[in-house]
Amino acid sequence: MADALVEVENLKKLFPVRMGFFRTLVSRKQLFVHAVDGISFKVKKSEIFALAGESGSGKTTTGRLLLRLIQPTEGKIIFEGRDISFIPEREMKSLRRKLQVVFQDPYESLNPRMIVETIVAEPLRVQGVHNPKEVSEKVVRALENVELIPADEFLFRYPHELSGGQRQRVAVARALVLDPEFIVADEPVSMLDVSIRAEILNLMVNLQEKFSTTFLYITHDLALARHICNSIAVMYLGKIMEMGTVDEVILEPLHPYTRALVVAVPVPDPTMARSEVVIKGEIPSPVNPPSGCRFHTRCPSYIGDICRTKEPSLIHVGGTRFVACHLYGKEK
Amino acid sequence: MSAVLQVENLTTFYTTLRGPVRAAENVTFNVGKGEALGLVGESGCGKTTVALSILKLLPSNGKIVRGKILFEGKDIVKIKDKEFRQEIRWKGISIVFQGAMNALNPVFKVGDQVSEAIKIHEPRMKKEEINERVAKLFELVGLDPGRADNYPHEFSGGMRQRALIAMSLACNPALLISDEPCTALDVIVASQVLKLLREIKEKLNLGMILISHDLSIVAETCEKMGIMYAGMLAEYGNVMDTFKKPLHPYTQGLISAFPSIKGERTRMVSIPGIPPDLLNPPTGCRFHPRCKYAMDICIKKEPSWWNVEKGRYVRCWLYEKG
Ligand SMILES: Nc1ncnc2c1ncn2[C@@H]1O[C@H](COP(=O)(O)OP(=O)(O)OP(=O)(O)O)[C@@H](O)[C@H]1O
Ligand SMILES: Nc1ncnc2c1ncn2[C@@H]1O[C@H](COP(=O)(O)OP(=O)(O)OP(=O)(O)O)[C@@H](O)[C@H]1O
Ligand SMILES: [Mg+2]
Ligand SMILES: [Mg+2]
Repeated sequence: MADALVEVENLKKLFPVRMGFFRTLVSRKQLFVHAVDGISFKVKKSEIFALAGESGSGKTTTGRLLLRLIQPTEGKIIFEGRDISFIPEREMKSLRRKLQVVFQDPYESLNPRMIVETIVAEPLRVQGVHNPKEVSEKVVRALENVELIPADEFLFRYPHELSGGQRQRVAVARALVLDPEFIVADEPVSMLDVSIRAEILNLMVNLQEKFSTTFLYITHDLALARHICNSIAVMYLGKIMEMGTVDEVILEPLHPYTRALVVAVPVPDPTMARSEVVIKGEIPSPVNPPSGCRFHTRCPSYIGDICRTKEPSLIHVGGTRFVACHLYGKEK
Repeated sequence: MSAVLQVENLTTFYTTLRGPVRAAENVTFNVGKGEALGLVGESGCGKTTVALSILKLLPSNGKIVRGKILFEGKDIVKIKDKEFRQEIRWKGISIVFQGAMNALNPVFKVGDQVSEAIKIHEPRMKKEEINERVAKLFELVGLDPGRADNYPHEFSGGMRQRALIAMSLACNPALLISDEPCTALDVIVASQVLKLLREIKEKLNLGMILISHDLSIVAETCEKMGIMYAGMLAEYGNVMDTFKKPLHPYTQGLISAFPSIKGERTRMVSIPGIPPDLLNPPTGCRFHPRCKYAMDICIKKEPSWWNVEKGRYVRCWLYEKG
């Protein structure tokens, strides 16, 4: 089995809740959003690792933590064997060339006043690469790698002169220009039309195969995750509920939450039985998450007090599979 | 099955400084009682324009330039706006809008907003009667009637969507249009809302038009579907047959671009190119620049609305005998 490129141990991020004047009169206690609340996982070298879950479950926060765009509250982030959880920005800077990000919105993430060449070259300049010939070669190669060919045709265009899919490819090119080891792709296709999504997704798979690039792919779309990712972690209210290879987790989900999620995904095939939702209600607030298992307030397989009082830990249940649920395994 | 709505050659343009935007052209379909029609297609293909045309809610630069919209047999293109507002909107046809999560007024209680919708159309109804109706509507959409006194911000996204559906049903319409009812909702909540739409359709024998860019939502919710491309229907027919044997190359492409959570892991396929600008759509078949089967005639001449078999239509030269 390949080595881990990124290891995360008991990672936490709490955001202080800004309280209105009246709230502070009633209570002095500072409240926190438990955005990421003690998660551990490993991303193997050259795999596409999916971080899935509903809105607000902590996916983007996790991605930003791994890139150290925000400071963890607690826990460890180990990149290529080195603990980077709290190293100063000065040391982070040299690591940044290995860690890159592609955001959700291709319309907002590109500066509308810059031409493609400047946009893609920006990370190079930040890293101190100024030799014009080297910059230009790297930019052209990055554009070619995302299949914006011939690159000359795109170099001098502004973002508004590109289609949505082309814009997102420019964003990927910018992430690639430094030959990173690890790319966090945060919902990179959710703003794109279906007919052009596959281009970007297949591009990720090609990069993985050609350059062994490792991806953390953040998504709420399990159907997409199934087709392009190797492993998956399913988050709920800042916790990982289940983790394993995509085939196992999606085809035979163990956790009642994963099961509910999988069932809720509509299938583009009218001959299949309709999905019937088994769980009610919506996600509780992350400010005051439920006690015990966070899913117990909506769980169709509630087995008693233990679910309400004791938090299940993420336990190994054989093979590559982990699950955090009292239905599985005996905990000491 | 008697048709609640028959749309024939509906053509709607928007006037802009750069010329007319041909947002919907020669769109033809019908919706029966208790039947759901899915209207699918990519962003900007004209789905919302069709809905706004049917509801006479087009913005001031939008105009129906051709075609008929028969609601219960009566052509609503011809009737006056005032009459439409009094007699048909909400009572006959109602809509749940795209991105409607924020459509509730934040300063009024949710229950009051629903009773307001009833009062506008039933001004003589007594207060108790209205309250009773609000409670019934709340129950129908799976909201606790006890929460009628809540303000919108006290509702979650899914509850707000339910409240809007309740409002749209306030005056017993015969046809409900819902425009992207699931965008902005999480998958579990979205599937609850779809289930609700299916249930009320059955229970009230409603005609329904469900607008979505998501083929899988249509596959699960509708009996019939129309696939729109660049302002035109590319194909129209029942959902089973369309998925089993899609006729139009665009429909074929769209179906294979859609990943399924079930089945084999595969590489996804995209349709090369991008949808055209409707200010200046391609000549002939609008899909020809992206079509792998494009022939000479496709560039020169627009295909007609070809009746391939009973209930199935396609606009494509591969089928039309030229
Ligand atoms: N800077 C911040 N300050 C306060 N709270 C925050 C901040 N960033 C995120 N949160 C909160 O942390 C929680 C997790 O947010 P996050 O953006 O990580 O979720 P997500 O899983 O990416 O959701 P989505 O699918 O909607 O993008 C949410 O409740 C969010 O409101
Ligand atoms: N008021 C307007 N003036 C000019 N053009 C408009 C106007 N409203 C819409 N359009 C154009 O008409 C076309 C059809 O738009 P419409 O909103 O019907 O598409 P849609 O299929 O609902 O797209 P989406 O999936 O993004 O909601 C688009 O090209 C759009 O830019
Ligand atoms: Mg996010
Ligand atoms: Mg629309």
